[in-house]
Amino acid sequence: MSGIKAKHQRLVLLAIALVALVGAGLLAAYALRNQAAYFYVPSDLVAHPPEQGRAVRLGGMVEKGSIKTRPDGVTIDFIVGDGKARVPVRFTGITPDLFVEGSGVVAEGRMEGGTFVADNLLAKHDEKYVPREMKNMTDAQAKQVVAETK
Amino acid sequence: MIAELGLAVLWMAAALAVLQLAAGIIALRPKGEHLAGVVRPLAVMQGVLVAFAFLALVTLFLETDLSVKLVAENSHSAKPFIFKLAGTWGNHEGSMLLWVTIMGLAGGFVALIEKRLREDTLVATLAGQAFVSLGFYAFLLLSSNPFERLPEPAPDGNGLNPLLQDIGLAFHPPTLYVGYVGLSIAFSFAIGALVTRDVGPAFARAMRPWVLGAWIFLTLGITAGSYWAYYTLGWGGWWFWDPVENASLMPWLAATALLHSCSVLASRNALRAWTVMLGVIAFSMSMVGTFLVRSGILTSVHAFAVDPERGSFILALLAIYIGGALTLFGVRAATVTEGARFSFVSREASLVFNNVMLCGILGIVLVGTLYPLLTEAFGTKVSVGPPYFNPVSAIFAIPMLLVLAVGPLLRWRNDKAGRVTMPFAIAALIMAAVFLIAEMVAPGIHLLPALGLAIASGLFFASLLPLKGRNLRRTPLPVWGMVIAHLGIAVALFGMASDSAFSTEKLAAMTVGDTQNVGPWQVKLESIDPVAGPNWTALQATLSARYAGGAPITLEPQARVFASPPGTRTESALKTRWNGQLYSVLGEEGEDGRWQMRFWWKPFVPMIWYGGVLIALGGVLALLGRVAADVKRLRAEGKIAYRRMRQGR
Repeated sequence: MSGIKAKHQRLVLLAIALVALVGAGLLAAYALRNQAAYFYVPSDLVAHPPEQGRAVRLGGMVEKGSIKTRPDGVTIDFIVGDGKARVPVRFTGITPDLFVEGSGVVAEGRMEGGTFVADNLLAKHDEKYVPREMKNMTDAQAKQVVAETK
Repeated sequence: MIAELGLAVLWMAAALAVLQLAAGIIALRPKGEHLAGVVRPLAVMQGVLVAFAFLALVTLFLETDLSVKLVAENSHSAKPFIFKLAGTWGNHEGSMLLWVTIMGLAGGFVALIEKRLREDTLVATLAGQAFVSLGFYAFLLLSSNPFERLPEPAPDGNGLNPLLQDIGLAFHPPTLYVGYVGLSIAFSFAIGALVTRDVGPAFARAMRPWVLGAWIFLTLGITAGSYWAYYTLGWGGWWFWDPVENASLMPWLAATALLHSCSVLASRNALRAWTVMLGVIAFSMSMVGTFLVRSGILTSVHAFAVDPERGSFILALLAIYIGGALTLFGVRAATVTEGARFSFVSREASLVFNNVMLCGILGIVLVGTLYPLLTEAFGTKVSVGPPYFNPVSAIFAIPMLLVLAVGPLLRWRNDKAGRVTMPFAIAALIMAAVFLIAEMVAPGIHLLPALGLAIASGLFFASLLPLKGRNLRRTPLPVWGMVIAHLGIAVALFGMASDSAFSTEKLAAMTVGDTQNVGPWQVKLESIDPVAGPNWTALQATLSARYAGGAPITLEPQARVFASPPGTRTESALKTRWNGQLYSVLGEEGEDGRWQMRFWWKPFVPMIWYGGVLIALGGVLALLGRVAADVKRLRAEGKIAYRRMRQGR
């Protein structure tokens, strides 16, 4: 390329950089459409179920009296509800410390048949760290409870 | 008293920054040169004062002065010394004070020792540094005063989040911060050079050590942070693509690109406008990261208090600094003259490729991090995780790593591809062989881990090649630095790929006396006992583990309960061998009296962090080499000047 004028080399470099950046942007946009995990509350999940096996997040309340441990000692079944719908959830692993019945949870996983299989549970860590979705969700639920008792 | 003194000193430092900016602006105007001499001393004084303010806050935390709001909210009299110290920066206000302290010290340091840069460019640089600092001083003094007193002293403090009470916290944030905020120097250099139209090799040579310094700290900070997350979170993962991790990765990617383009500018006077642009981008990424994690708009363990006012303040700062710098760049870029030409097969071309790919990865990470915010504005909540980040960034990382295998062998300006065909063919052969072996050893291995193992092995060989034919004793330190940093990339990549390809996990409910097999290990639960620490109590499992039937070793994972603030944390126990790590976590007791235990055998996983340390070590060697060369040159110049002086007499 030594024969080309300096001005042209600058343009060529600029073009390469632009093509790469635009390419990165398009690739990102395409991948995000397929790979982003959408957030559901139980009533959404029941009304518009996602494809089987697609990674999603489910947020709701752990129903009282619903946590059951399987004989292997490390798999639990429980129900996540939002007052309108109930979704059975299965999780294998060590539960977070603040995972208790009657409290909020965000589960990361996928639908397998009618069961939500969770890879990971996010519960409230402490007052200062609350999963964002959960905070909104409990607000909404508080309102709902108020509305129902009226 | 100390709190008031600290606040007063902080205001004085801010006032000095105003003077530094004003003096710098006047000095750059015609007839203002007489003020140029005061900019350096102002910058040094500002650095000293802000460091003093920071020490005042450290003192308050060490004394646990509970009349200070920040101390009462984040510390506790019964905390061990090291966590009282770390508590200083384990909160929003303290960490912002650390931010301006590093900015002030960095500016003062440049003012004190930078001798190579043209004087007017240096004045503009220091004025730029003062301008950026001022925004953060305003933020600190107006909306996040760390020295605020309580009307009534608190009876005792709230304590520090248990998750943060770890020795890692004492070192990880300050290290990362030095790197993060140290990049402000690159930003100010870029602005200074644009203002005085002084973009050239001398400018790049002056900027390079500062970028290198910040980059070393950033590398160490990310490596330490990754290891900290790995052993404290108890999930066995070392990178989660959490917004905060991304916030530290993005400046690192930009700074890595900047380092490489700096070397092109310094050696060959090419990539002039591009280098300046990267200087702006690198620190902009630091600020974007701060905005993301501090404003509370993203979920993260690192988001302290969610406060919309603070979020808007940082957003305004972002708009002013990034917008301002980009405008300046837009106006002045055309006046930055075209650099030297080079051919498509040359060291420059390979470095351009490296830069474009690094920026591609940066874009991918940025888009993935911001996407949840974007969709939430339209009412859809999503989260973006490894299924997006891993494959998409690999599309850019793989070609970059392949070019990395031969780039350092190419000559500057113009080279013949034939000269590097042989080394490349050998590296490619190694890669193909390792790929096939991986497929045979672990049938059904995923594509990315297999490619990772293959590329890492080929790269390991190729990164040693620049030493071929050299006298090792006479090889300059910067060359050693490059070779070792590139080796570090290969080592870290091997660890990452090996972890995702070969890790075995075992989750089991065990009673005392039970044995489980995890990969080549046999782990027996010997007992569960209560233990106590200075401000926590815990249940501790005693495990005896045998590797392939060998002598047993003991592991003691704990589940800790903290009193103030109330909280729990799992304390994993690790055993490192040369070929991997055994990782154990104690869970809860089930209704039937069995204990949940989780184990991982992770072959070669420590190589990830060894690699990170190697990369940083490469940076240190390069920095030493550059500084030594400078000292030598200055000495020689001094001698010549001395001789002239004597002859003149």
